[in-house]
Amino acid sequence: MTMQATPGRLVGQRVRRREDPRLVKGRGNYVDDMKLPGMLHLAFTRSDVAHGIIRSIDTSAAQAMPGVELVLTGAQLAEMIPPMPVATPFPAPDHHSVTPDRVRYVGEPVAVVVATDRYLAADAADAIVVDIEELPAVVDPERAMSGDPAVIHDAFENNLAVPLAPAGTGVNPATLEVEDESALNEAFEQADVVISQRILSQRLVPNAMEPRGVIARFEPGNDELTVWSTTQNPHIARTLLAAILGMGQHQVRVIAPDVGGGFGSKINVYGEDFVAAAISRRLGLPVKWIEDRSEAFMTTIHGRDVLCYLDLAATGEGKILAVKMRLIADIGAYEMVLTAAIPTLVAFMISGVYDIGVVRCDLTEVFTNKMPTDAYRGAGRPEGIYFLERGIDMLAARLEMDPAELRRRNFIQPEQFPYTTAGGMVYDSGEYERALDTALANAGWEQMKADRDAARAEGRLVGLGLSFYTEICGFGPSAAMPSVGLWEHASVSVERDGKVRATTGVSAHGQGHETTFAQMLADEFSIPMDDITIVHGDTGQVRGGTGTFGSRSQVVGGTALLLAASKVQDKMRRFAAPMLELQPADLSFSGGMIGPSGREETGVAFADVAAFAYVPIPLPPDTEPGLSEEAFWEPEGFTWPFGCYISQVEIDRDTGELELQRFVGVDDCGNVVNPLIVAGQIHGGIAQGVGQAMTEEAVYDEESGQLVTASFMDYAIPRARDLPRFELDHTVTPSPLNPLGVKGIGEAGTIGSTPSIVNAAVDALSGFGVEHIDMMLRPEKLWRLIQGGDA
Amino acid sequence: MIPSAFEYRRAGSVDEAIALKREAGSAARFIAGGHSLIPLMKLRLSEPSVLIDIGRVPGLSGVSEDGGRISIGALTTHADLESDPLLLAVAPIVAEAAGEIGDQQVRNRGTIGGSLAHADPAADLPAVVVALDAAIHIAGADGPRAVAASDFFRGLFEVDLGEDELITAVSFDRPSRAAYAKLRHPASHFAIVGVAAALTVEEGVCTGARVAVTGASTHARRLSAVEEALTGSRLDDDSIAQASAAASELGDVNADLAGSEEYRRAMTRAFTGRAIAAAASR
Amino acid sequence: MSVPISVTVNGRLHELEVEPRMLLVHLLREELNLTGTHVGCDTSQCGACTVLMDGDSAKSCTVFAVQADGASVTTIEGLSAEGGMHPLQQAFWDEHGLQCGYCTPGMIMSGVDLLDRHPDPSEQEIRRGLDGNLCRCTGYEHIVNAIRDAAGGAK
Repeated sequence: MTMQATPGRLVGQRVRRREDPRLVKGRGNYVDDMKLPGMLHLAFTRSDVAHGIIRSIDTSAAQAMPGVELVLTGAQLAEMIPPMPVATPFPAPDHHSVTPDRVRYVGEPVAVVVATDRYLAADAADAIVVDIEELPAVVDPERAMSGDPAVIHDAFENNLAVPLAPAGTGVNPATLEVEDESALNEAFEQADVVISQRILSQRLVPNAMEPRGVIARFEPGNDELTVWSTTQNPHIARTLLAAILGMGQHQVRVIAPDVGGGFGSKINVYGEDFVAAAISRRLGLPVKWIEDRSEAFMTTIHGRDVLCYLDLAATGEGKILAVKMRLIADIGAYEMVLTAAIPTLVAFMISGVYDIGVVRCDLTEVFTNKMPTDAYRGAGRPEGIYFLERGIDMLAARLEMDPAELRRRNFIQPEQFPYTTAGGMVYDSGEYERALDTALANAGWEQMKADRDAARAEGRLVGLGLSFYTEICGFGPSAAMPSVGLWEHASVSVERDGKVRATTGVSAHGQGHETTFAQMLADEFSIPMDDITIVHGDTGQVRGGTGTFGSRSQVVGGTALLLAASKVQDKMRRFAAPMLELQPADLSFSGGMIGPSGREETGVAFADVAAFAYVPIPLPPDTEPGLSEEAFWEPEGFTWPFGCYISQVEIDRDTGELELQRFVGVDDCGNVVNPLIVAGQIHGGIAQGVGQAMTEEAVYDEESGQLVTASFMDYAIPRARDLPRFELDHTVTPSPLNPLGVKGIGEAGTIGSTPSIVNAAVDALSGFGVEHIDMMLRPEKLWRLIQGGDA
Repeated sequence: MIPSAFEYRRAGSVDEAIALKREAGSAARFIAGGHSLIPLMKLRLSEPSVLIDIGRVPGLSGVSEDGGRISIGALTTHADLESDPLLLAVAPIVAEAAGEIGDQQVRNRGTIGGSLAHADPAADLPAVVVALDAAIHIAGADGPRAVAASDFFRGLFEVDLGEDELITAVSFDRPSRAAYAKLRHPASHFAIVGVAAALTVEEGVCTGARVAVTGASTHARRLSAVEEALTGSRLDDDSIAQASAAASELGDVNADLAGSEEYRRAMTRAFTGRAIAAAASR
Repeated sequence: MSVPISVTVNGRLHELEVEPRMLLVHLLREELNLTGTHVGCDTSQCGACTVLMDGDSAKSCTVFAVQADGASVTTIEGLSAEGGMHPLQQAFWDEHGLQCGYCTPGMIMSGVDLLDRHPDPSEQEIRRGLDGNLCRCTGYEHIVNAIRDAAGGAK
């Protein structure tokens, strides 16, 4: 059931998206859909070796080809633009848009060509001859930490990007010195059971369906640069582009038109973006670059690739005493904008939803000859929750305890909120047992277990897996990203015709903000949604912003919008008051009218107040004409949504193929603005979590450093037939940290689903003595376990 | 994503196609549906200087039967095979295997002739035509010839097809009981292992068997030890398991991320069993 | 070295000269400005470029424009008249069958072929029928719902 957008209470309704009519008719406007007069096309020549020193680059053949306007090597570009920016506080090696001297991963750009069309550009890029003296490559982070066989950046001994950084119990947060480990040691000494396991959250390729793309147009006449980009955050892109090009913020305009998914991979500003801007400025002509999928596999950021040595101490009754994680993050060959920060989020998750007295996380980040990692849907939280939830399931198996019961015994209780974890995180709100009970009831947990046991008795390898997640999101206080800030901006204008135009600094690329934000404003002003326009994704039209990532848009962007709207409402009351001979404080909005609270229909029409505000004769005292307000909003803390997922799998004994048969979920993201959109976010999140568990793994060859899974021929993102129908429900525990009571839902499905599936697979093979299986759950891996070999 | 430049010729007949190919030389390629060739050209793994389009040559499309012999034109698409009423009635193995190829869009454009000529080691139809003891009909400057499918596939992307030759049709006798079983690659949908089995059964006893595997090694090939073990058996669970075990005697076996040599051997065994069981139950 | 072709796109005949290597998807997008057909991969997997060729779904990134000579091609823009919606377009909207919208035109064109072959498809037939189309946003469930809806209601 969907409902038409009509005035009335819209927040909480399954309103169809306003974005969709253009998109279903093929009338969207993505970066590659645009053509500008005189536009030239870029193509990059890339390294086909993982590690080496560039001896020479012969561009003569390319330069002689028809339609080729310009060829630049990395060395030439290094004279035009400085190395790329990072937004983390850790030391980072120089990372050039196009490498001037040395290549450190397969696909790293070494030269760029500019040609009159895309086909000719491809031909010319192909005609550039690069001579590289090959160096040994290292793709295993634990091996890389020995500095052998390669040191990737001379200044980073043993390839340590971020050397051991401890956090949690016994660690001084200011100095990162380990000062007092007695609580940690005591917990492990007192424990009846200790679980120790090496667990990998493997490397993934984000694969938004729209590859990256950029059009840069520098206008020499007024020294202004306009960049159309497949970005999730045009304002951050503007800041970084301006900085690298040495231009003022006011000279750079970044536009995110329709953007075909991001999942974190489009937070970064990439080398190709800086190069396009620099070349457009040099030539005074617009240039376009569109990424191929093959390039996307090699050179758009990867996600995850965090290894955990987990130790978990518990009593015989299943009370968890302490959790210790030693993390090794393989961040690839360079640091991108947030690369080094992402693994630190793993540490934030170490307590999960459990009341654990002692935690400790030690993190090391390592360079390898791979594409850099950065934020990919969940970004640190899927890793942390996966490590913990695997450990808890191992504990349940060891104690022969129902995994639901074990979790229940350790939950943080509702009365403990706001709850501060042993690692110093402050959780806003939670009622975990209610979500667990809802999931168990919806799944028919006891019956599922009985059915599983009956199937096992027939020799079928059926397994059940449960997981419980929370996540840090709604980013967040600016202290969490001091380089750019983490507030959000909104403006709301009521025009003289009574129509509302609102801008938001978050930048939707599939999230449906044009709909959800209009729902909110329609309710606030009590006018039809059709009278409201939401503008986003253009720094020329949206005064400020941070962007869409970290499940923050509704929480931070939505609240900023609400604040701006309430400022406009206050002003409208001031204009309406003299019209009605009432006090502003007595007036409310309802049914398209502004009038005395409870009898708004006796007041004046919304549109009449708007008209009056622009021709206010007489002008009310202490009031400026017009109706346009803005708001910046920064949350005081993070929001912590949560939920429970239950998976049922069956493994084919002959082949090791795993079928996901049932997926039951209960999510709690606080208040819901549009259940249809929230469901879509959860579905998509689950699918990506299923992908990590079952079908996705970026594999580099140990010797050559080549990316083996470099196309959709080798790297399987889930298809429709790989997924069951999802059985979903929700509970509502509002966040006290924002007036909407919302928490964020963009990443939840991805975080919670992965461990539930792996837990189910381990359960299915428990009869073979299996306690843990590393992802992805390759059929051959499972088949080997069934054969009694090692995974 | 962008193929290298080439010249384009369109053939109106088989003879014209052969003449154009002779004229263009060894750097020329035929193209029909293009679903093997174009992906390679886009990645510049194949850079022919001339493409000769045989996609419109009349008379090379469709399925027919003459005296128990079924003939399939080389330009017949996988989608046409999948839904062909004659095949569904008398040789469902072909329709089923075709239906397992790629996806609907690929099946709508890809042709049986193209698939066989390209001979991807993981393609489905090669195993099927070998198991059916099909004849591959070939036209060339020296006139037409036919070669047994089991002799046609020779090695990795290597077939018994001269430079100036093209496949015009595939023919085989109406099979008695035949089935195809496949372990799909989760990403590409090609066969990690695919096994086709064609059995003759008289009074509950298998009197003849042809079993062929694809995906396991360089090219589709017969599993003779399996065939021998099946012949004379009653096709019950035990005898099928026993015969399938003989599938392990494959020579060199492919190994990649989707399956090690050991796994592919085991899967060849498993899917041999599944194909035989499915064929036997027809 | 250009080759003359005539191709009917969305009911309109176009006489064009094309370079032989031009892919159909680029003919549609660059020459005819029909940018609703998208490119999402370079190995013929994702299906974002799906159009109908003489009524059957095809990946326009895996067809040379010269091969489409004489053919009738329907793109997402030609599926419904201006101002109206094809039942599948309507159903994708009603059922929230899209998020970022990038895979959507190809998904809908595949849906047309699917419903042509299976006018009353089962859930399994729908999911299998989408083998040639990747979506990274939706988890497919709302897409499956949309196709079922367009087929004339729940089964």
